[in-house]
Amino acid sequence: MTILEIQDFIKSNASVKVRGGGTKPALSSVANLEMHELSGMLEYDPSEYTFTALAGTRVSEIAQILAEHGQHLPFDPPFLMAGATLGGTVAAGLSGSGRQRFGGVRDFVLAVQFIDGLGGIVRGGGKVVKNAAGFDLPKMHCGALGTFGVITELTFKVFPAPKAWATLQLECDTPKTALETMQKLAGSSFDLECLDVFGSRVMIRIGGVINALETRLENLQKFVGIEGQVTRDDTEIWREAREFLWVVPNAALVKIPLTASKIPTLEAKILEHGRTRYISSGNLAWLEWTDSLENLDLILLELQLSGLVLRGNTPRVLLGKQVGGVLLERVLNTFDLERKFNAT
Amino acid sequence: MTEPATILTDLRRVLGEARVMVKAAQLAAYESDALTSFKARALAVVMPETELEVIEVVKICHKHRVPFVARGSGTSLSGGSLPVADGVVIALNKLNKILKLDPLERVAVVQPGVTNLAVSTAAAPFGLYYAPDPSSQQICTIGGNVAFNSGGAHCLKYGMTSNHVLGLKVLLPDGEVLTLGGSSLESVGADLHGLFVGSEGLFGIALEVTLRLLPKPQRYRTVLAAYHSLEAAGEAVASVVSSGLLPGAMEIMDALAIQAAEAAVHAGYPKDAAALLIVELEGEDRAIEAEFLELERVIRASGAYEVRIAQSELERLTIWKGRKSAFSAVGRLSPDYIVQDGVVPRGKLGLALKEIERLSGVAGLRVANVFHAGDGNLHPLILFDGREPGALEKAEHLAGEILGLCVKLGGSITGEHGVGVEKREHMPIMFSSSDLDAMKRLRLSIDPLELSNPGKMFPSGEAPALVSHAPHPLERAGVITRE
Ligand SMILES: Cc1cc2nc3c(=O)[nH]c(=O)nc-3n(C[C@H](O)[C@H](O)[C@H](O)COP(=O)(O)OP(=O)(O)OC[C@H]3O[C@@H](n4cnc5c(N)ncnc54)[C@H](O)[C@@H]3O)c2cc1C
Repeated sequence: MTILEIQDFIKSNASVKVRGGGTKPALSSVANLEMHELSGMLEYDPSEYTFTALAGTRVSEIAQILAEHGQHLPFDPPFLMAGATLGGTVAAGLSGSGRQRFGGVRDFVLAVQFIDGLGGIVRGGGKVVKNAAGFDLPKMHCGALGTFGVITELTFKVFPAPKAWATLQLECDTPKTALETMQKLAGSSFDLECLDVFGSRVMIRIGGVINALETRLENLQKFVGIEGQVTRDDTEIWREAREFLWVVPNAALVKIPLTASKIPTLEAKILEHGRTRYISSGNLAWLEWTDSLENLDLILLELQLSGLVLRGNTPRVLLGKQVGGVLLERVLNTFDLERKFNAT
Repeated sequence: MTEPATILTDLRRVLGEARVMVKAAQLAAYESDALTSFKARALAVVMPETELEVIEVVKICHKHRVPFVARGSGTSLSGGSLPVADGVVIALNKLNKILKLDPLERVAVVQPGVTNLAVSTAAAPFGLYYAPDPSSQQICTIGGNVAFNSGGAHCLKYGMTSNHVLGLKVLLPDGEVLTLGGSSLESVGADLHGLFVGSEGLFGIALEVTLRLLPKPQRYRTVLAAYHSLEAAGEAVASVVSSGLLPGAMEIMDALAIQAAEAAVHAGYPKDAAALLIVELEGEDRAIEAEFLELERVIRASGAYEVRIAQSELERLTIWKGRKSAFSAVGRLSPDYIVQDGVVPRGKLGLALKEIERLSGVAGLRVANVFHAGDGNLHPLILFDGREPGALEKAEHLAGEILGLCVKLGGSITGEHGVGVEKREHMPIMFSSSDLDAMKRLRLSIDPLELSNPGKMFPSGEAPALVSHAPHPLERAGVITRE
């Protein structure tokens, strides 16, 4: 579909449900507007650290072009190989393990073009790495699940990719000591590209100038007092994380933002039916969940946490504590008074 | 609007006599912010001391339909905290408590009147700091930083204020209080704390801000390079960028700015330089050592006629002292000056500087340039003598031309100082009328009476935006009607 066609489509339909790559089925299994045709890089100047592309462009396509110039999207977009699109990544507000060092998708979107509930084109933000003019409409779309409009074009900030990577995996005695080790590292001044905890394993990725990696890995192990396993060619390790290859196919997959101090109570509640992978120093749990999502909803509510279902059967994808309140209502009234895009 | 006397009575009921200031001498101190060419006298300046008092004040303003302006330290350079004539200024400096500082989770929860530097100072004993570092950090407040999404010299790598605000408690213009975000770096649902940051006080008042703290870098390595031309310094920036290094800061100063900084703080800068470039790497010891070798190679190959490497923390701070004092230092060269703030794509820096030089020649006004070269954020300082008739207008005109140039080159009219009053007329060169209309609709949906900081951000000549383009669902259902 062209932009014009999307405008017409919105004007003539009472409900508009968008699908990008379809990699997050809970968010897009019922869709009447496919975005894959709205695809392609529009502008990319490596020396500016920015690019602009149509929203239906696959992230993998972008990643490849960036890699040819030694650059990358540091927030490590999930479902890359599965076919996630730029628009879907922003709408779902998803970042991967690599968000540890420089921030998530919200920290890298610079500009947006979208079509609101009336079919009007709106632009916000600026195509340069720094801009403070006007309201931050690009950020508002992050995690909004397309409820403010159909995202058609996005500008991102990119960074030079590290010249080399290495991964250090630490096997701890218990999940508890793994979390303690994570906390110790998170408060340290080591520059870590990823800091995940998976069961009783701590997974650390570093990147940079190749001949400094060896000493840096040694220093890390000295600091935590555990000898770990070092992998130099670590692509596979992080692909497994990024693509959620560790999640069993029939389980639900839920994103739960939290802080490290809340992990023990969450773990106690989900013990029987859940398995978690914590990324970014315990700021986010990816939960593999085999019980009903209604039950998870209650658990999260009790813990005053919120969750977003990416895979799984649920009438409501936002679980637990609801966010946004009256401000959300007012923003929705601005861009979609009739609630055509209402996803939940 | 209600009779002023009634409003004042209500305000005094909440704050007492002393904290509702109405005397001419008291109001005069709040007539402008750091952009002194605009002045307006408020009906009253109030000094709440608690969150509850702020809420009460806003409710009173709402009840009486009185516009209000939140104010931190008034260091805005775009007229953002300029009072609305006969409105209320809510000075937030007394809400200056750090409510929580959690070294384990690395977050601080602060009241809006806490100064930027106070956060880093409080975090320092734990080896942590608050990253955004506006040059005004000793006095500007977190509330002001939030309103303007303020930046600083070290924002290339770790971002501006919005990248460090995790959560907010906000007071909407009708007195509603709600929390946005939280203390996690991640969230689900629309990123409304991201939307609030940078809204220039038009969406209400930030009552409480949850900030992310970072562990202090193990090491800084700072280099100062002197060039015979601005272009050469600009090209050096391009070489650093294409080398794949990611410095924490890259700053350029031109000859006039160097002279001024030298006269003011004696940083020991090479005085005959046409341009100085400061590049700083920060991070893990070993990584920085290796990267610095590469940086040094790039800088030495860039045509610098003098390269100085800071050998101690003292030398590093001396290098920065000159840069950080540049604005006020330039102020000594001239009775008056305007600090501009535009952004160009980094690759167009050289072109932009040449064009600014030409425009400055045509206008017959001196322009000093200080800028965050890493993000293409220019700060031309336009010098003029306000006592000369027409000089201010000439300077404003030149400033406008420079902003037009920035947008023409693909950039922005502001990188960090905000639109405020000063740049509102320039918004249409950056945004189409439908984009502006969408933003205006958003503003009106959040603040239908336009009580919170009116007169800012939007061009004044704009026809009033339509509040609603389609009937409200309740209207369609016949529950409400439009008169
Ligand atoms: C010498 C000098 C150097 C500077 N250097 C930099 C720099 O390097 N980078 C940079 O980005 N800026 C810089 N500035 C600009 C200025 O310091 C920043 O914009 C700063 O964030 C303003 O903070 P303040 O407390 O003074 O806010 P004010 O000037 O008091 O207010 C600024 C805006 O914030 C609003 N506001 C204040 N508090 C709140 C609140 N609690 N909730 C909602 N809205 C609120 C006001 O209504 C106003 O619109 C500089 C200024 C000076 C004078």
